[in-house]
Amino acid sequence: MSVDTLVKTAAPGSGNMSRLAFRMRDYGIVAALVIIVIALSLSTDTFLTTGNLVNLLDQTAVIGLLAAGATICIISGVFDLTASATLALSAIIGVQVGRATDVYVGMLAAVVVGALLGFVTGTVVVRSGVNSFVGTLATSMVYRGLAVVVTAGAIVYPMTDAAETFGMLTWPSLFGLTSATIMFVVVVAILAVVVARTTFGRRLYAVGGNAEAARLSGIRVGSIHVTAFMISGVCSALAGLILASRAGSAQSSMATGTELTAIAAAVVGGTSILGGEGAIWRAIVGALLLTLIGNGFNLLGWDTIYQQVLQGLLILFAVTMDRWLRKRTR
Amino acid sequence: MSSQKAPSIAVRGVGKTYSGVTVLHDIDLDITPGEVHGLVGENGAGKSTLLKILGGAIRADAGTLSFDGEQVTVGSPRDAIAHGISLISQEGALVPALSVLDNVFLARWSHRGGLVSARSDRKRLAELLEVTGFTVDPDERVDRLPIGVQQQVEILRSLARGARVIAMDEPTAVLAEHEKDNLLALIRKLAAGGTTIILVSHFLEEVLSVADRITVLRDGALIRTGKASETSPRELVGHMVGREIDVLYPDPPEVPAGAPVILSARGLKRGLVNGVDLEVRAGEILGIAGLVGSGRTETLRLLFGADRPVEGVVEIDGVALAQHTPRAAMAAGVAMVPESRKEQGLVMVRSVAENVALSSLSGRRAGPFVKRPAEKSAVGDISKSVDIRAANPEAPIETLSGGNQQKALFAKWLLRKPKVLLIDEPTRGVDVAAKTQIHHLITGLAADGLAVVCVSSEIEELLALSHRVLVLRHGEPVGEYPRGTTPEVVIAAAFGDHSEGEES
Repeated sequence: MSVDTLVKTAAPGSGNMSRLAFRMRDYGIVAALVIIVIALSLSTDTFLTTGNLVNLLDQTAVIGLLAAGATICIISGVFDLTASATLALSAIIGVQVGRATDVYVGMLAAVVVGALLGFVTGTVVVRSGVNSFVGTLATSMVYRGLAVVVTAGAIVYPMTDAAETFGMLTWPSLFGLTSATIMFVVVVAILAVVVARTTFGRRLYAVGGNAEAARLSGIRVGSIHVTAFMISGVCSALAGLILASRAGSAQSSMATGTELTAIAAAVVGGTSILGGEGAIWRAIVGALLLTLIGNGFNLLGWDTIYQQVLQGLLILFAVTMDRWLRKRTR
Repeated sequence: MSSQKAPSIAVRGVGKTYSGVTVLHDIDLDITPGEVHGLVGENGAGKSTLLKILGGAIRADAGTLSFDGEQVTVGSPRDAIAHGISLISQEGALVPALSVLDNVFLARWSHRGGLVSARSDRKRLAELLEVTGFTVDPDERVDRLPIGVQQQVEILRSLARGARVIAMDEPTAVLAEHEKDNLLALIRKLAAGGTTIILVSHFLEEVLSVADRITVLRDGALIRTGKASETSPRELVGHMVGREIDVLYPDPPEVPAGAPVILSARGLKRGLVNGVDLEVRAGEILGIAGLVGSGRTETLRLLFGADRPVEGVVEIDGVALAQHTPRAAMAAGVAMVPESRKEQGLVMVRSVAENVALSSLSGRRAGPFVKRPAEKSAVGDISKSVDIRAANPEAPIETLSGGNQQKALFAKWLLRKPKVLLIDEPTRGVDVAAKTQIHHLITGLAADGLAVVCVSSEIEELLALSHRVLVLRHGEPVGEYPRGTTPEVVIAAAFGDHSEGEES
């Protein structure tokens, strides 16, 4: 046997750069958030005031809830474009049920409607087998249309004597935070545990990572998807209640387009749109980041005309970094 | 096939690292013009990585490439093509919805004033078909072609691009026996015409029969390059695993007399499968042989409920499955290791531990919550017993070698303690050492009393492991053969010449 080449053994990996890249991919977005917080703290006197921070978290609540719902859907491999339409329809029905009965019953009704609409969306997507992007886009038009039908295009208000109670989510609560913020934190904490610690969470990741492998492991893929849509629906309804409570009313054009902001927040946080990966905390980091930019513009007195441009660039940057780091580490 | 001569290729000090893991280290390799150069090694040895570096699909972290003594940068497949190198990867790179003609000349269509001139492409394709001896309809969409023909289309494309070096990654893995022979003949023909061929393959006999020289890689390092004519398969295996080993199949244990029938199926029909009956007793391994398209995989899927049979009954312990779904089959004690790890078996982005735990989640929960300590110990124990070598069970399973992934797939099902194990291609894309482990695992499970049904394209493996082999042809059983039957007899039956076999 002729041997042309000497035997060489592989040296143990010299991959510090790659390991750094790996960490960057996991926690880079947290670093970005911290940097913006520090920058704003240093450049303004107003950022680190209790008032501003309370306000900031209150503003994050709506998009944060939607982003948490979007994240659960994205992890399982579907998109929910009905989020803002579900938000409007459930808030409107919540107000109207509240008029007929009681504010609290109305709020409960809104949540139930959110879950039901999620169930319908999920069933439509699962049964029709249509791509969720297209399926939920169509369904969202139906919901938005129903919102117009139910309100006859008008703004709906709670009964005058209940108006104050209806505004309860804007009231200060624990630690001076608004009730909306407390609700947001509690709901998100519950969802984070559900996703990370339950068998449902495990199945959610498996379905999003490889639906066929999940099916052949005995997982009911369809019911996992329907459940994901229902959770998203409840998140939308809660976000709707916050907005309605703040405005003292609900209307069919509420929160139009925020489903995309929610998906953007999820993605900025580092949840992969390919499914099977991601986390609830990422949705919150993403939502905080997008809200901080708006807050920063206000505090620094910058022209808010450019706010969207910056948010768009940030999303592009986050996604590009994620892709780049992924390529390096695989 | 081009008027230009193939360049000599010099690889010097090439290395590649992924997330801290060195997959290729300081490779020096010379490839002479017009040779067939075999590249062998276990899974994870770095063969595909080296090939992809040559083909411009990935960049090396270290080292240089020279063509005809001139140092070049191959940063993209486009660069590689410009240098006359064409890579035919395992996954294939055809555009499914385009015709053969369009795929062959993809992005290199002849054109006049911006309009594609199909006529001159047709003429060029006809010439290429004559040279290669392929027969394929230029207007057929490639996704309608069998996989073997799709591969021919890729080869045609390489030639159409004037490739003087063609690098092929596991080209025969997806081919039926006679297609393999055709491909190997073509490789020899191309080499005789002056084209350099670099061939990665798991099938050592095949590499030995076609290659001029063979390079062995192990753990990302080049172990040796030597002449094929002076090398034996056993030597190669020895270099691949670091020691000379015999690829010995374990014998399946005797089926105890009077062992009960665990799995029985009657009159299964759907698509390719046209009336399959079978019975498997506790402790018995039934092999199913047949050509690609004979319905063997489809039969397994019907048994597991992955597809719903149009007709037929599946019984476990004499009780018919209530529903033909994976859930119902699993509840009755059936498990299936599917044909494709990546597509059907594993959730590649999730961790080893999560994958192993996936099919038995309900067994370890407290209310809605996963009992994590119980899960950790269960996964740890089963991983140890099937010998999954993972540095970190929390790492994504895609970072493991094929052999360890396959063992994880077995572990996932063994956690459920099934009565019936259906295995489709137990050792596809698995390295030699892991292969032997999996064989022992299967015979060990039979010894524990499982009823096993195994499908494999590797006829020697199937015959060695099974107590009986059922041969399917066009979705129908054409014969059943006892242990000790020669591969020739089984292959003849699979091809439809069952004069030598007894009808079942």
